[in-house]
Amino acid sequence: MLMTTLILGLVLGGTYALLALGLTLQYGIARIMNLAYGELTLAAAFLVVAFFQGAGLSPLLSLPAIALAGYGAGWLLYQVMMRPLVARSGGSGRLEVDSILATFGLLFLIQGVLLVSFGADFTSISYLDRGVSVLGVSVALNRLIAFGICILAGTALVTALRTTSWGLRMRAVALTPGSAPLVGIDVNRVARQGFALGSALAAIGGASVSMYQTFSATDGVVFTMKALVIVIMGGVGNVPGALAAGFALGLLETFVATAIDPGLTLAATFAIFLAVLLWRPQGLFGARS
Amino acid sequence: MIRILLPLIGLALLTVLPNYISDYGLGLLIGAATYVTLASAWALFSGQTHYISLATVAFYGTGAYTVAVLNEALPYPAVLACAALIGGAMALVVGLSTLRLQGVYFVIFSFGLAELTRQLITWYEVNVTGTLGRYIFLDITTRQIYWQMLALGAATLALTAWINRSRLGLALRVIGDDETVAAHSGINLARTKLIAFVLSAMILTLAGAITSPRYVYVEPAIVFNPTVSFLTVIMALLGGANRLWGPALGAVPLFLAFEYLSSNFPDTYPIFLGLLFIGVVFLVPNGLLAKLETLTARKAPQTKEART
Repeated sequence: MLMTTLILGLVLGGTYALLALGLTLQYGIARIMNLAYGELTLAAAFLVVAFFQGAGLSPLLSLPAIALAGYGAGWLLYQVMMRPLVARSGGSGRLEVDSILATFGLLFLIQGVLLVSFGADFTSISYLDRGVSVLGVSVALNRLIAFGICILAGTALVTALRTTSWGLRMRAVALTPGSAPLVGIDVNRVARQGFALGSALAAIGGASVSMYQTFSATDGVVFTMKALVIVIMGGVGNVPGALAAGFALGLLETFVATAIDPGLTLAATFAIFLAVLLWRPQGLFGARS
Repeated sequence: MIRILLPLIGLALLTVLPNYISDYGLGLLIGAATYVTLASAWALFSGQTHYISLATVAFYGTGAYTVAVLNEALPYPAVLACAALIGGAMALVVGLSTLRLQGVYFVIFSFGLAELTRQLITWYEVNVTGTLGRYIFLDITTRQIYWQMLALGAATLALTAWINRSRLGLALRVIGDDETVAAHSGINLARTKLIAFVLSAMILTLAGAITSPRYVYVEPAIVFNPTVSFLTVIMALLGGANRLWGPALGAVPLFLAFEYLSSNFPDTYPIFLGLLFIGVVFLVPNGLLAKLETLTARKAPQTKEART
């Protein structure tokens, strides 16, 4: 029983960690609080399902294309929508309010388009839906694959951020966007890349969600909510923190759903959120400022 | 003088209006009055401080649900008082935990607050009281609901006007402009924000309580409809959230437009809402009233030049 909760929780946590990673990139590097993040995730999930049902394309095969499309969509969104807002704010606090409201509009726009094109019904596909025994617990193969994708994408990103010079530039902009230009970093370019990369992660997360979860066009807000809570738990802009907090939330949710009541998972998420805000607003793994 | 007289005449006209319109018209009038109240109450806190609250329906729904639970146990005025107190207490808890922090934490928390309240009430009703959904049988006519809402709306505007002239209003404006400056000039940030947030939440809760008899049947999924929160925000922003009459100006046309859209184009309705949000942020970031002022200000010198 405990083992089942543990393993299912970790598998769920993998997806959450990946989603939170994308959001923390967008907020940490591009300084955009993207409330339409969950809608990007859902759009990717719906596309995977459409490819699978329409063309018989396996989700694993469409995944690279979806990730690329996510990057492209994020790039375009930043260039067309966010860049004018960044320019208008001139580095003031205005950007935060503006970006929240603009992405909030985007949330409805994407949700509306999804509702019109895919309907309001719950969607799911049966893909590799057979049990595999992991440490004596039967886990569906699709969940394991989704978990593998999340771990792979997550570790690749963390390594790239830590070791490459590209990652160094990203971290420089995240830390002090004001001083980054002094060492020849094009902040606008890096912010655009960060936002696009975050969208790509949202798309990968969406593709893995579509493999094992039932979802509907109005679920995006829930994904955004959970990703936001994880980001704050881990400390804003803190990549390893987001990963750890993602797994923690997956475990907690599975535990609450199996041991107490499935209807209270969001309440549990929020209780944790409130506790973090009261006790350590800089995040569980953030440095005290 | 005229700034006080004109609204009073308007209020008098609106009070006698139900005598001359159909039941359908009265329904629309109640809806418009409700949204004017909600948008103005929302702007009372969020307009000046720029702390975007997405939790309007958490308070509105709590008000409606309070009436549903207490309507047979207590006399009506006591029920309303209870609703306002519960809303205020809720705002106090939320505000104490989030308003000390950066604005973004507050936005995120308010984003999920309505869903959280809905889940908690649903869970409590299903597991503890064993009933989901309640009926409200109150001896209140539609007209009485309208007059109550009109009074609440007028009180909200009067309160906002008074706050704008008081020290509290000045403190809120400074906080909205720059929190660091506000802290250095001796403003108690957390207390100021908390007072405004609790006042605004009490009005929102009362608005929910007053309209609740129109629902007759109340369950969490009905009264905690998140669209109410989003409409309130966009209405206040469209008119101009930091002006006294801005939210009211945005609320009336948008309420009518969305009433039409939601009955005729229910599927594409979110797309309109989304485009509207994006349009307001890009085209009229300070609201229509401010836009109007800059337009007339630009025109004025030109006419002066033409004269000379």
